[in-house]
Amino acid sequence: MKLLITVLLMSVWVTAAAVAAPLGPDDARHLLNRAGLGASIAEVDTYSRLTRAQATERLLVVRGGVAPEPGWVEEPHVSPGRLRTLDAEARARLQAERAERGFELREWWLRQMLVTPDPLRERMTLFWHNHFVSGMQKVQSPQMMYRQNVLLREHALGNFRELLHAVARDPAMVRYLDSALNRKGQPNENFARELMELFTLGEGNYTEQDVKEVARAFTGWSIDAPTGEFVFRAAQHDDGPKTVLGRQGNFGGDDVLDILLDRPETATFIAEKLWREFVSPKPAPAEVARIAAALRGSGYDIRAALRVLFNSDAFYAPAHRGVLVKSPVDLVVGTLRQFEFVVPDELPFVLAMGQFGQVLFAPPNVKGWPGGELWINATTLLRRKQLLDTLFQERMAAGPVRMGMVAAATPAATRQARARQAMAQVRFDGEIWLSRTNGVPLERVVLAVAPVHTAGSGSGGMNYLRELVLDPAYQLK
Amino acid sequence: MDRRGFIRAMGAAAAVTWLPLPAGAAPLRGYERLLVLIELKGGNDGLNTVIPYTDAEYYRLRPGIAIPANQVLQLDGQTGLNPELLPLMELWRSGELALVQNVGYPRPNLSHFRSIEIWETAAGSSEYLDAGWLTRTFAASPLQPGTAADGVVVGGAELGPLAGVTSRAVTLVDPEQFLRQSRLAVPGGPAATNASLAHVLRVEQTVTDAASRLRADRVFATPFPAGGFGNAVRTAAQVAASGAGVPVIKLVLNGFDTHVGQVARQARLLKELADGLVALKSAFTELGLWDSTLVMTYAEFGRRPRQNQSGGTDHGTASVHMVTGGRVRGGLYGAAPDLTRLDSAGNVQHAVDFRALYATVLERWWGMDAAGILRGRYAPLDLIRA
Repeated sequence: MKLLITVLLMSVWVTAAAVAAPLGPDDARHLLNRAGLGASIAEVDTYSRLTRAQATERLLVVRGGVAPEPGWVEEPHVSPGRLRTLDAEARARLQAERAERGFELREWWLRQMLVTPDPLRERMTLFWHNHFVSGMQKVQSPQMMYRQNVLLREHALGNFRELLHAVARDPAMVRYLDSALNRKGQPNENFARELMELFTLGEGNYTEQDVKEVARAFTGWSIDAPTGEFVFRAAQHDDGPKTVLGRQGNFGGDDVLDILLDRPETATFIAEKLWREFVSPKPAPAEVARIAAALRGSGYDIRAALRVLFNSDAFYAPAHRGVLVKSPVDLVVGTLRQFEFVVPDELPFVLAMGQFGQVLFAPPNVKGWPGGELWINATTLLRRKQLLDTLFQERMAAGPVRMGMVAAATPAATRQARARQAMAQVRFDGEIWLSRTNGVPLERVVLAVAPVHTAGSGSGGMNYLRELVLDPAYQLK
Repeated sequence: MDRRGFIRAMGAAAAVTWLPLPAGAAPLRGYERLLVLIELKGGNDGLNTVIPYTDAEYYRLRPGIAIPANQVLQLDGQTGLNPELLPLMELWRSGELALVQNVGYPRPNLSHFRSIEIWETAAGSSEYLDAGWLTRTFAASPLQPGTAADGVVVGGAELGPLAGVTSRAVTLVDPEQFLRQSRLAVPGGPAATNASLAHVLRVEQTVTDAASRLRADRVFATPFPAGGFGNAVRTAAQVAASGAGVPVIKLVLNGFDTHVGQVARQARLLKELADGLVALKSAFTELGLWDSTLVMTYAEFGRRPRQNQSGGTDHGTASVHMVTGGRVRGGLYGAAPDLTRLDSAGNVQHAVDFRALYATVLERWWGMDAAGILRGRYAPLDLIRA
């Protein structure tokens, strides 16, 4: 008994010491790779001197600043009605323009991820993009997708209640989940179902009857065709009595959102998703419950949930290091940020991320990117390694490669040519970077867990660095 | 409530019962028999592939793009082939070409992306599954150890029916490039307790297994057609010639999304398909493998019966698919589309569920029980000879 108490006291003491002590470089790197988007040696150095709590607070502060957006984002949107009046040629031109703007949007967001002073806010913007999924394939409007992205960023570290209410009337979402087709007497259940299954309660916490009733509550939520703005059409709204999760009333859509937010399952569902994003693919119910309690107890303050998460022992536990598969964003942005590559043009990396299975603004379906182990198959693994091999080749440090502009027949071929040329201008000065590691073993700087292959261990230098980024462990964070 | 089963490949690893093959079956059985899938990407127009040339409604709906009755290659009194498929008539006459008409699924989705996902995961219309139907097959009933790969995808980026966490499939544009790139994969390493690391290591192993056993040096007497699809067929033949035990090869022929100027575009594609299939038969016959090869086309959907304003067709639903091989019982299967009973979007209603084609592969070709893998019972088609 005495021994047990001693052990308990000691573990409390150890924990308290870990909380009060500076993070040190390994924990700082772990935090910045998971909560941020990868970090330079200087950033790791700064965070390594902070305590857990200080580091968390520093990450949670939004400094602001957004990369310059494409010039067309405020252009009026092209309504489906106007689209129908166009002849085949004009329609094809518009489709091509939309495709091109999709790429510009991806380049813009990637640039934002590379330069942002608020990497946690960017990561959470991506998290919400993969939670409140909308995709260009169906929304068919780069302007709407841009505005949704701005909305997600604005609330990324804000309040989930406000975010949910805002997303439900976001034009891209209204279009993506067919809300505009949901009318009194002709319900469309698409939004109602996903709202409960994917956005709030999670599967198994509502009935098919709830789906029908919730759909009725959202009838009339629509888009004004000429402007592309959200509009509530009272004439199409079913204002009769409804029963949602056992509660009765003449509910409208906002009432339903509040009912869903009142359910404890919603906080648990979000907390578990945060756990999977930041800690481990295996949820630990007690830890998830703590995060959920913080979310619910704070009236859905997202920062409150993240504060609990990033201050927890579980987040830093050795058992949770290197257990997350790097997403294409993690791999590309993380590598470019950590090694401070000079990137004059984002296009080759947008294309690479697409080849790895992550086309931003176009998740595969309403469930989003499933992620985890599914990021890695024989094809994507070879492509990931091909990119890393290219990035860490000797020539990246050499002078610019001169290439003539390639005359290309199609937009896709033009993009490929531009990407090849841009890739040749990407710079990484390996020797300078290595000199700044100050003798810290390279595998600790580069990998979250020990390398699988240790042929060149201890040899240091660019060859060893290349070996480490091609090691299987580099695919993990 | 259980509209969606979020099953993963491992979850689908239900026990598989191997069915006894009929007496007098081929010496090769189970996964020794090869499946070649050809994706007609974009959604081939079935109505102008296998043509109801006596149906007045067909000509009424397609005044600008219907294939004139006097040009079709007649298969029977009502049904004809697109004239560009002339090279396939030899397969038809030798009784090795099965045409399955009106293949689709209930509550069809008209998005390319979503509908091909439904086909490739063998999912219901509003069901989202992570693993392809073939990945689920190999999870339920694994291949012999030492096989180069579960499947090889030639010329396309997506693993499609071979996708999923447990996938042991590789993609290659050309074998030399794959062998070159595969040097970046490193096999071996200590057993990992970390599940994510174990997964990466398994994929590294998949790449090196495939690279060590796939070869590209077979010389064929068969002439392969010029162009992308002809090259893909050549690569497929190289994979088969490697004797590496790969049971599935997937090819892609892209460009069937014929919204504009369909007649010329589809003509070019169908000719490419027909020439490729003829070369495939010839090369696989050279290898002595034609009798143990089953070739099947698939696509996300067919196209709208009524032509659009641009001399093309918009996204539709059910379509015709081809099955051929040395043991295929040729003929027409399914039912001709009923153009007088279109759905509210003006599309045909399917007659054969696409999962019945998969059940045919699983039960009649590989001799295993399909119900667990397909998450339901679909009657196989009787198009494989013993």
